[in-house]
Amino acid sequence: MAIAMTLNGKVHSFEAEADMPLLWAIRDLAGMTGTKYGCGKALCGACTVHVDGEPVRSCSFPLSAAAGKSVTTIEGISGDGSHPVQVAWRELNVAQCGYCQSGQIMSAVALLQKTPSPTDQDIDLAMSGNICRCGTYTRIRAAIHKAAGSAS
Amino acid sequence: MNNDFSNVSRISRRDFLRNTGLAGGGLIIAAHFAACSSDKTLAGGNFMPNVYVNLMENGDVEIVCHRSEMGQGVRTSLLQVIADEMEADWGRVTLLQATGDAKYGDQNTDGSTSIRKHFDLLRNAGAVTRQMLVNAAADAWGVPAAECRGLNHAVHHEASGKSLGYGELAGHAATMPVPEDVTFKSPEDYRYIGKPMDLIDGLAFTVGTAAYGIDTQLPDMLHASIERCPVVGGKLKSVDDSGARAVAGVVDVIQLGDGVSPPGFNPLGGVAVLASNTWAAQRGRAALKIEWDGGANASYNSPAYREAMEASAKSGGLQVLARGDVEAAFAGAAKTLEATYFAPMLSQAPMEPPAATAVINADGSCEVWACTQDPQTARDVVAGALGIEPAQVTINVTLLGGGFGRKSKPDFIAEAALLAKKTGKPVKVTWTREDDIRHGYFHAESCQYLRGAIDAQGNTTAWLQRTAFPSISATFGSTDGPSAGELGLGCVDNPYAIPNMTIEACKAEAHFRIGWLRSVCNVYHAFAANSFANELAHLAGRDPKDYLLELIGADRHVIPADSGATYTNYGQDLGEHPIDTARLKAVLEEAASMANWGRELPRGSGLGIAAHRSFLGYVATVAEVSVSEGGAVRIEELWTAIDAGTVVNPDRVRAQMEGAGIFGMSLTLHGEITGTNGAINQGNFDSYPVVRMNEAPTAITVHVMPSTARPGGVGETGVPPVAPAICNAIFAATGKRVRELPLRNVSLV
Ligand code: FES
Ligand code: FES
Repeated sequence: MAIAMTLNGKVHSFEAEADMPLLWAIRDLAGMTGTKYGCGKALCGACTVHVDGEPVRSCSFPLSAAAGKSVTTIEGISGDGSHPVQVAWRELNVAQCGYCQSGQIMSAVALLQKTPSPTDQDIDLAMSGNICRCGTYTRIRAAIHKAAGSAS
Repeated sequence: MNNDFSNVSRISRRDFLRNTGLAGGGLIIAAHFAACSSDKTLAGGNFMPNVYVNLMENGDVEIVCHRSEMGQGVRTSLLQVIADEMEADWGRVTLLQATGDAKYGDQNTDGSTSIRKHFDLLRNAGAVTRQMLVNAAADAWGVPAAECRGLNHAVHHEASGKSLGYGELAGHAATMPVPEDVTFKSPEDYRYIGKPMDLIDGLAFTVGTAAYGIDTQLPDMLHASIERCPVVGGKLKSVDDSGARAVAGVVDVIQLGDGVSPPGFNPLGGVAVLASNTWAAQRGRAALKIEWDGGANASYNSPAYREAMEASAKSGGLQVLARGDVEAAFAGAAKTLEATYFAPMLSQAPMEPPAATAVINADGSCEVWACTQDPQTARDVVAGALGIEPAQVTINVTLLGGGFGRKSKPDFIAEAALLAKKTGKPVKVTWTREDDIRHGYFHAESCQYLRGAIDAQGNTTAWLQRTAFPSISATFGSTDGPSAGELGLGCVDNPYAIPNMTIEACKAEAHFRIGWLRSVCNVYHAFAANSFANELAHLAGRDPKDYLLELIGADRHVIPADSGATYTNYGQDLGEHPIDTARLKAVLEEAASMANWGRELPRGSGLGIAAHRSFLGYVATVAEVSVSEGGAVRIEELWTAIDAGTVVNPDRVRAQMEGAGIFGMSLTLHGEITGTNGAINQGNFDSYPVVRMNEAPTAITVHVMPSTARPGGVGETGVPPVAPAICNAIFAATGKRVRELPLRNVSLV
């Protein structure tokens, strides 16, 4: 069946099963691979995208639930990497392998939209669904503060 | 002008006949104007002095990275080394990732070797380029090469004030003979080496364009998901694939046969479901009805295996190191202590699971895109699986979403190649997280039996260690037990100045594919040695840091062979890379001082310390932990000092230590793989948890010791001290001694 939504600002119609996870529709059907697979069970956050501004785990979010909504992926955060979160990420050289970082950035952007000056506790709450096996957590925390303009 | 004219003469005399590629007449005329318009004097063309460097006539430089990027930052640091020695402008270099090919030398990105084993090779690649450019300019100017210098993308002649850009010189440099000897830059002239250069992939990592093995997309590609036998060495009894074939999007179901013995790097066999997208392949696979015959390894059950391994370690094994007389020392001891430490199997669980794409071309050749740590071995294994020559296989190395040792095994790449051959289409194989956790190459479970003696003054007089773990060599068919290489990972290279020491290697059979995991056997050897040293300190009533310093003893180079041990020193010369106790003590002192060792802490809090040499680097870590009334452990902060000799990118070294802190915390707090009837019990991050943001310490402070010593390893070196530092801190906080990992199985109430 055809399922239509706005994907990074453009109308996009998917021809797919209604229960296909949004992750695989984005990656395999739309061909946008910035959104990553890490667990398929909403356990790791690698697949985090925004649906109407809310961070969701796209591996566990059926395509049909996104119908008519606005979906933003890492590719849609800014065309050129100029979002303050992306800039802070680069300034602190947060990434190691980089694989989890799309999801980390999507979670961080959503956090800062709701909580412009988050505390460490806010960060723990918002970011603990995103695993980084390389262990970049202390830099992620610092980069979020930096992006928020609240780095001491 | 006279001077310049003589340049021309020299060029023409020496080079006119030799280099027909240089338009002789044109050169002479053009060179006449060298002083005013040097770019017309030299032939154009690119310059490839070696397989790592391609200097284009427009001055841009392509540098080839023959090592795999998996988060250690090698694409940035390798570039730093070559560009620095070459005196290239950072803004004009770009990186090309090498395919798997023996012409690049050793590409196996394993054992923390990229810098420690390749530093000179990379420097040489850059220095040869620079020297040939200098020679080309000297030749053009008719001055001695010794008067010319390559500096920031140009060659300069100070006396005349002349200079030529690297691009202008490229074509002429290509005609220069390759110098046999080159002089490396002296460290004070380093431009990039030793500097915290930003990641060259930094932008790609933040905008979603970084391409990993899982991201390859080819036209008309099929997606495969493979059901494999839950027990290593088992066989397929029957399969009903009608349900799978009925799933929308499923294109085919293909039996891959059974795995082979020994497993080596070969695919595990199984039943593959191919579909038009990943989801359909996974759903189709879930609809397979399969019966397996587990075979001999179905006898494995974790509790019984552990019991047998502990019994093996208690009863003794093959003596692999001996000095003095431990039995006499035990007999004459003031106090003795014995302890058995256990550490479980672990899975590397890189964030990107294994994934590879392959296509068979019309001429029978095969092209692969894969997240591999070892593209040359991948090439051989794929060629073997397809029955073609390695030269017919191209392995394109993508970025790796973490490796940690898992991706040095190309079994998953051969799966993609086999399916591409069987379907005649490009095929991507994507392992699920469950596949990754259940069908991996596991870090061995281990048991360490230790017995120690102290005299009336509290000095340790005897150390008996028996190590038991299934050997990696079993994966490749050996039944000889631990290899010398494995025993050299933190066991027979014990640095303690104890007069009577015996180390034995004990029997433990392998029932799984045992493989490498970041720092390998150092994980359990360092856990046991540093924990037991701490136990001895408390037995002697001494401060653990002071006691550890004393155990390490006088400044010296430890020679395991003097105690009868075979020691392989990470494949490098013990003379060049000694076991230097002064450096081990220095990082210990540094970490202690960073953590303000000895300070008062609230009830339920404690500091713990550990120091370990591995991969030719020295690391000490102090952990501050707090333990709640309910027994919950929180790691508040970590301080790490590393001496890895000369470092190329101190920020990446710091990042590796931060990451090693988290990786070490994961295996200390949570990591545990167990089996029932030969099948793995865990499957995803719910049953195999790793540290998350809410558990991350408030800070991980890293000090990189300044050093001009030869480079040591970094990527793995930070992991071994973490578990013992945490467990020693728990003892300081609670008086409870932890002798097994992970902590989630240990009651601290
Ligand atoms: S892949 Fe969706 S949370 Fe892990
Ligand atoms: S940077 Fe590798 S998993 Fe986060």
